[in-house]
Amino acid sequence: MKFWQKNTRHTYWNPYFGGFMLGLLLIATFYITGRGVGATGASKSAVITTVEAVAPTFASGSSFYKKYYDEEKNPMKNWLVFETIGILAGAFLSGALSGRVRFRIQHPPKITPKKRLIIAALGGILFGIGSQIARGCTSGAALSGSSMLSLGGFITMFSIFGTAYLFAYFFRKLWI
Amino acid sequence: MYTGPLTYFDIISTEWNYVIAVLIGIAFGYIMEASGFSSSRKLVGVFYGYDFAVIRVFFTASIVSIIGLLYMSYFGWIDYSVLYVHPTFLYSALFGGIVMGLGFIIGGFCPGTSICAVAIGKIDGWVFTIGLFVGIFIFSYIFPYVGEIFYGGDMGHIQISEYFGISNELFALIFTVLAVIVFYITTLIRRRVKHVRY
Repeated sequence: MKFWQKNTRHTYWNPYFGGFMLGLLLIATFYITGRGVGATGASKSAVITTVEAVAPTFASGSSFYKKYYDEEKNPMKNWLVFETIGILAGAFLSGALSGRVRFRIQHPPKITPKKRLIIAALGGILFGIGSQIARGCTSGAALSGSSMLSLGGFITMFSIFGTAYLFAYFFRKLWI
Repeated sequence: MYTGPLTYFDIISTEWNYVIAVLIGIAFGYIMEASGFSSSRKLVGVFYGYDFAVIRVFFTASIVSIIGLLYMSYFGWIDYSVLYVHPTFLYSALFGGIVMGLGFIIGGFCPGTSICAVAIGKIDGWVFTIGLFVGIFIFSYIFPYVGEIFYGGDMGHIQISEYFGISNELFALIFTVLAVIVFYITTLIRRRVKHVRY
């Protein structure tokens, strides 16, 4: 059987190998750019650009948008935006090679697709708010922060995982 | 003497910045997707004991990069003092993490992993990412009222080793030992928890 005929849809890398590769990537990123990676920055740029285009008067009056209004001319011309385009391409490549690319709603058997979408939206909203409060998400604050032993990075890391473990029991019906 | 960070010492000119950004992104996305991070059911497995990929990947990456960067500095390949240390604002780091933790257990993704899910056509990933945009937009409204949390407890670009008054190397050792213990515990738990097919 040729490798592309084999069903690799549920075959993932050994997690320790994946972690090792991710660690090497972080070292390379710091070596080249002096900073780590991120994942929420591009979304923030997109929101800022949209709001500035749709409601410029509102944007110039809000302290949140003002913070970025003066600093940069075009928030989309940003390192993290280009990096995120790369993430999309890289993830697509990996998914395509393993036969995982198709439109679907992944949901646990006890949850309807509609309910899955509602809780996904809710989770996204919470993550959006939280990432802005903490100045970065799991990638930018926790992972890249911990690479350089940032105290805040470690606090955010343990805060994210600690809270999720604490509340896992209450949300168990959503997952198992 | 130092060569790194390459862009800091102008070994790579700034025009290459965006090309490098795309290349690093491709590697980042590939590694996350190949490790199974485009699946919310695999990700939350860590909280119910049926799949510990998140903790294993995350802590391994953390250790490798901490030790690697310290070695790079030790060999004189990288100027450790100019590398970006994520700033510590005590309350925002803690409170933001709590909100994100809730988002994680409810939504099943974090921003990076939801982008991977978007790339391979998971509709729930699309919805999570749209939610992310909405959340950031909501934050722009509440931003003026949370100044105390956002700017409170400012400790600057402090490292955790500095906070505990130990050397970076000692902290790296302690953290590595702790992580190996955690890895071992996850193996024990994994054996006892009923297997979930997804």
